[in-house]
Amino acid sequence: MLIIDCPYCGPRPEPEFAHGGQAHVARPADPSQATDQEWLEFLYLRHNTRGVFAERWRHARGCGRFFNALRDTTTDHFLATYRAGEKPPVLPAGGAR
Amino acid sequence: MQKFSAWSLFKEAFGGHQGWKSQYRRATPKAEYDAIIVGGGGHGLGAAYYLAAEHGLTNIAVVEKGWIGGGNTGRNTTIIRSNYLFDESARLYDHSLKMWEDLSQVLNYNVMFSPRGVMMLAHTVHDMQVIKRHVHANRGNGVDNEWLSPEQAKEFCPILNVEQNIRYPVLGAALQRRGGTARHDTVAWGYARAADALGVDIIENCEVTGIRRDAQGAVEGIETTRGYIRSRKVGVSAAGHTSVVLGYAGIKLPLESFPLQALVSEPVKPIMPCVVMSNTIHAYMSQSDKGELVIGAGTDAYNSYTQRGGLHISAHTLESICELFPVVRRLKMLRNWGGIVDTTPDRSPIIAKTPVKGLYVNCGWGTGGFKATPGSAHVFAWTIANDEPHPINAPFTIERFRDGLLIDEAAAAAVAH
Repeated sequence: MLIIDCPYCGPRPEPEFAHGGQAHVARPADPSQATDQEWLEFLYLRHNTRGVFAERWRHARGCGRFFNALRDTTTDHFLATYRAGEKPPVLPAGGAR
Repeated sequence: MQKFSAWSLFKEAFGGHQGWKSQYRRATPKAEYDAIIVGGGGHGLGAAYYLAAEHGLTNIAVVEKGWIGGGNTGRNTTIIRSNYLFDESARLYDHSLKMWEDLSQVLNYNVMFSPRGVMMLAHTVHDMQVIKRHVHANRGNGVDNEWLSPEQAKEFCPILNVEQNIRYPVLGAALQRRGGTARHDTVAWGYARAADALGVDIIENCEVTGIRRDAQGAVEGIETTRGYIRSRKVGVSAAGHTSVVLGYAGIKLPLESFPLQALVSEPVKPIMPCVVMSNTIHAYMSQSDKGELVIGAGTDAYNSYTQRGGLHISAHTLESICELFPVVRRLKMLRNWGGIVDTTPDRSPIIAKTPVKGLYVNCGWGTGGFKATPGSAHVFAWTIANDEPHPINAPFTIERFRDGLLIDEAAAAAVAH
């Protein structure tokens, strides 16, 4: 079970949270003009990163708020959590454990 | 290849069974092959076998980063069925189910296919409607499936609890009698042995680290931890790591890799004659021929490459299992593990050509690829050999996500997604 550091509430066990998939996926700015390819990228194409991955979580059974996290998908270690709307923190070189 | 038969068994018995040879060669990579399959699971080894057996390509290799059958082929819960909702899926999965029926004879290797019946439970009115819809759709496609009352379900699986006083009582079930289980390791070994006998090189401990392309963009060969290997045709069958491998060719697919967990109990005498699955409460169970109860859970919530998941996922599944099968409550669990499954947005696989010439992909099997092993391998081999999809896998393209032609089986697979 993961221990996830909610930026609002502190570290809590994973069952309190809902995973929200890849972070920083921007909806097409002008949806009516978006091509099929742009819709494909927005709706379905995800990084599926093997390594450090920026993802959304929601503290569903806590404060209810969305936030983002950097997690290494090869170890499941969290490297950082940060509030929605913020840029992902820059990790020190070799930061992924 | 040493042929297995009653006679060979009899003969070897006189030699104290010391005369049996290794089932396949430990090949070292040659400089060039006519085709390379990346991924030595059932789907990849099967594709190599059918390329050699049906399409006459014998200068081929299977490269595997670990050992054959050590990925999802050896980590699944071995359930085989074909009761999928849509026409495209029914054709694909039933093609596979029919191939299971004589696979042991074809490969001369006992894969222990056991069509003991797969029962899928309904716990709510919505479940009953969805499952009955499946029964009718399956029958329309010539796939056997039948509706059972709770009493009939109990008759088919006597340890099932059909009391109506539990949180999710059994209101009925769908039964596919042709469905069942097989021994998953033997599927990898059987295909490896049969492919090897036709000249296929099976190269283990050989991880792909790059894909080289020529000036026109077509595939030229693969970089591996055991050196560069030339080939104009590369078929990727790498399950959870497909995104990583295809990333070497600059291809991004609509895949997300999740841990999927399973566990087995201590072995007991035969108590369970069939497979029972439940969408609604995220649990499925069958009994192996060794006597262990094989139990599967849903995927973990987050994407990962760790081949393990949270204990609370297994615990949740066991709570459901204990309600459905009170007789197993005091059994101890022996082992639990995870595999990395590549899921697509519509929960149907991709078996297709890629935008890169000479590069083919068979992926996206998500939580249910084992059942499809022979059929998937068969049509993938066809696709590689003919440079065009077989009619059965023609709908399972990469482009369907752009063009809106989804094969939306999310509600049909028996595991909660």
